[in-house]
Amino acid sequence: MKALIVGVGRVGSAVAKRLGDEGWDVVVIDENEEALGRLGPDWTGEFHLGHGMDTSILEAAGITEADAFVASTDGDNTNIVIAQVAKTRYEVPSVAARILDPARAEFYGGRGFAVVSPTSTAIAELSDSVLASAER
Amino acid sequence: MFVVVVGGGKVGVSVTRTLLALGHELVLVEQEQPRFERLEEEFQHRAIHGDGTEIFVLERAGIERPPDILVAVTGDDEDNIVICQLAREKYDVPKVIARVNDPRNEPHFDLLGISPTVSATSMVLALVEHEVPQHELVHLLELRKENLEIVEVEIKKSSAAAGKKVEELHLPRTARLISVVRDGRAEIAVGSTELHAGDQVLAILEPGSEDDLRSVLLSA
Repeated sequence: MKALIVGVGRVGSAVAKRLGDEGWDVVVIDENEEALGRLGPDWTGEFHLGHGMDTSILEAAGITEADAFVASTDGDNTNIVIAQVAKTRYEVPSVAARILDPARAEFYGGRGFAVVSPTSTAIAELSDSVLASAER
Repeated sequence: MFVVVVGGGKVGVSVTRTLLALGHELVLVEQEQPRFERLEEEFQHRAIHGDGTEIFVLERAGIERPPDILVAVTGDDEDNIVICQLAREKYDVPKVIARVNDPRNEPHFDLLGISPTVSATSMVLALVEHEVPQHELVHLLELRKENLEIVEVEIKKSSAAAGKKVEELHLPRTARLISVVRDGRAEIAVGSTELHAGDQVLAILEPGSEDDLRSVLLSA
């Protein structure tokens, strides 16, 4: 199985390593060459330098054969747009995007790609932990 | 008319000034603090500070009314796409106009159904191409919605088409000649129009038939 990950920050690099450990063929794209450092010395997968909006980079990274696509750059709007491009133009079977803003995360839900909103998760869990303490 | 403009750069500001002068109601959204302060001096309460891709900022700008037109002219193509999707799909804004900063992103706007788009870079390139026709066939206008384009070709001395009538040419089914300019005078191209070397021919065609047209008009 092949996964394409755009944005190799704290999240993207960890997802890449985890999928690699599980035996996936992982290809990563980042604007910044230093991102390669996050993947560690054991990284054997492909690394492409460039922006996820650039279809020539996506194609060079093999988006047409990818089984999964993860948009994990530090820009919500970049993730939103490239996830839609991966889903609609390249018909990648499984697409997930990180969207920090809960309002945009809600709006882009239900469009055929998974929306992961760490902020919404934090809000829910922090509120739950406070509320649970009151019940004790 | 009520118009929301997102992005207070040169384009956004010019649009704002022009529409205000014409008596329209307008709100301008700008994200950068120093730039916003300058805009606030000029436009007062009509300038709003914030990230125009944030829903609450758009709502402060009055997007729920909704505006008749939303103009997304930030320097970021991703932002312009998201702003237009929110405006159209969440708030039913009847018309959105987006700026394309990098022409390579134009397919993304098309894919996500955002039109019309305006790309200064593409327009400048087209104008330069018009002045310096290196490719023999110059793209003058793209009618994206109609999936047609208008091109200009200069008939060469070596072209087999020189001396032939339009009706004798084996034009591709997806192309038609519009007009012929000779010595500065234009005439509508009809079947009996004879092509001469040096003629500037305008043609309308479906994208993808350029090579066929080029070969009919230019090959020896």
